[in-house]
Amino acid sequence: MKNNHNNGKAKKFGMVIDLDKCTGCGSCMVACMSENNVPFKADETDKRLSITWMLVYKLNNGKSHPDYDECYLPRPCMQCEGDHGHSPCVSVCPAVATDYSHETGIVSQIYTRCFGCRYCMAACPYHARYFNWWDPAWPADMEKYLSPNVSPRMRGIVEKCGFCFHRYQLAMDKAYYEGRDELEEGEYQTSCTQACPAGAIVFGDLNNPKHAVHKIALPDSKHGGRPKNPNAFRLLERLGTNPKVYYLSSRKWVRDSGDNYRPDEK
Amino acid sequence: MDLDSALWPKGVQRCTFPKFMIGITVVSVVLVWGVYAALLCWFKGLNQTNMNDYYGFALWIWADLAVIALGGGAFFTGFLRYLVKKDELKHIINYAVLIGFICYSSAQLILGIDVGQPLRGWFIFWHANVHSMLTEVAFCLSCYFVVLCIEYIPLILENRQLDKVPFFHHLGHNMHGIMAIFAATGAFLSCFHQGSLGGVSGVLFGRPFGFREGVFIWPWTFFLFTWSAAACGPCFTILVTKLTEAISKKQLVKPNVVDLLAKISGWMLFTYIIAKTVDTWYWAFVTVPSKGFNWAFFYSNNDFYGTWILWLEIVICGYIPALLLITKKTRQTNSTLWIAIILASIGVCVNRWALVLQVMAPPVMPFDTWALYIPSWQEVATTILPVAYGVMLIMISFRYLPIFPQERELNPITN
Repeated sequence: MKNNHNNGKAKKFGMVIDLDKCTGCGSCMVACMSENNVPFKADETDKRLSITWMLVYKLNNGKSHPDYDECYLPRPCMQCEGDHGHSPCVSVCPAVATDYSHETGIVSQIYTRCFGCRYCMAACPYHARYFNWWDPAWPADMEKYLSPNVSPRMRGIVEKCGFCFHRYQLAMDKAYYEGRDELEEGEYQTSCTQACPAGAIVFGDLNNPKHAVHKIALPDSKHGGRPKNPNAFRLLERLGTNPKVYYLSSRKWVRDSGDNYRPDEK
Repeated sequence: MDLDSALWPKGVQRCTFPKFMIGITVVSVVLVWGVYAALLCWFKGLNQTNMNDYYGFALWIWADLAVIALGGGAFFTGFLRYLVKKDELKHIINYAVLIGFICYSSAQLILGIDVGQPLRGWFIFWHANVHSMLTEVAFCLSCYFVVLCIEYIPLILENRQLDKVPFFHHLGHNMHGIMAIFAATGAFLSCFHQGSLGGVSGVLFGRPFGFREGVFIWPWTFFLFTWSAAACGPCFTILVTKLTEAISKKQLVKPNVVDLLAKISGWMLFTYIIAKTVDTWYWAFVTVPSKGFNWAFFYSNNDFYGTWILWLEIVICGYIPALLLITKKTRQTNSTLWIAIILASIGVCVNRWALVLQVMAPPVMPFDTWALYIPSWQEVATTILPVAYGVMLIMISFRYLPIFPQERELNPITN
């Protein structure tokens, strides 16, 4: 049976988040924490010490009423490929505790390998990487709710969003069992995608023209995956991180908020 | 002759043993404070610090980079003494090695506290990622520390009592004989680890403040760090030598030795600071604009990271000491020499500060916010810990080892 499988074609799992649909409810954040056994503290006042693999930012256009407008921007790990084949974080990790998979396009984090130097955190311009400053702890009964598919992380190491990679593994196990190499689009979806009540998050294989993410973002493989959809953009495109999370908005100021522009460029 | 004075180098005078022990006790108090803070970090974790997910690199990484730059006097003086054959420098090379040994052992200690899982520290060697600048740092730094140990051992063996043991005497003598090989190895390793420390922020293409273009895989900061360490490391060696002279109230090295090292440092610093100016200009007007930033943005948010830091690093602690050191008159005037070596030592620390802490401060996403960071007392104590350790090692080494070959000649005992 083993010889009948070839792992299928290389995937590039990615996400499209429609910012015009996002209400900022935070369901994606809660679902992510629950799904991935993300620990929390009694006092979460200092958000720069909180672990939030998925974080919703609140943006505004800087104008006063009645021209005021705002937007919520969910930010998972961007799973950067890098324009030159190097993700910002993967290339700097001294112990290969984080790696880029060319089979899935997902940047992994190997918790038992990480020794907590935090160089990857310094490298990530999205602040998508989090350090375990404390031992992970949950209120007594909450430990019963922990997912058995995701290992909790210990103090002193870095963790981050991996596009719910355990779900991919479970889906692939099922597919193998059924004699398939390829997954259906709906078989592997991240928890944030499923939890979003507004349907703002779409997830799938950017390499597969049949998947919704490809149809919406229209990634241009000849130009580092840049979106052909005029309403789509990626965060910090100019840095050359080549991320796999696309954002969608019909509002120009929102699209402009995705990157830096000098005053003479505006 | 009592037990203590029997251990002193021959023909030199030292302070009384009780006075020495008072000094050791004072330094020990600071040392114990630092050790207590280190134990807190090891047993309770890095929540003892004021670092956070925006400031994952902070005071300790700066301290690491700074002490390694200041310890650069060891490799560069060794290079000049053994490879360029500047023979006069044999009178200061021992002290340069000792200072280098202190700086590099301190850096390793700080790194041991800084990582979240110190017991996994060996992963950096076992699972090495050849693309990472930190991997290069770890390998070269560890190897060079071994070289420094090899360079320091003959000095220990020259202790008056140890030297009486024939085996130690011959071992020390033979090690001295092959020291040029280790000096060359040290210079080679130092070029790489000083450079890769510069590359740590230089390769961060997601962090426009630190990112630099360069040659092949090496960003410009790679070369600038090696250059600045070679320039400012010897200045720090001279500074500590002059401090030791001031505290011990005696001249330990002849002026021509200091003058030669100061002159070479001055020219290294002068050429470095020109290169640094060009690098800063290119970063400000080519690199950063291509990422959508105006260079002034990075100095705009708060007084901690204002443009003063540029003036301080490049002009006050760059051009001024360089000019003071390359000008014969000011180099040979005690007061201006003091000013120059202090400014140069501060300058290289400011450079490392900017390329660690300032890199973390500005937001990269347009809707994100600036981050500021004040270290916790545990971070401060563990950063002062190596200073106390260094002072103690200098006190012991100065008392019992013949560090300064010219001391006897310069300070003859009259009675």
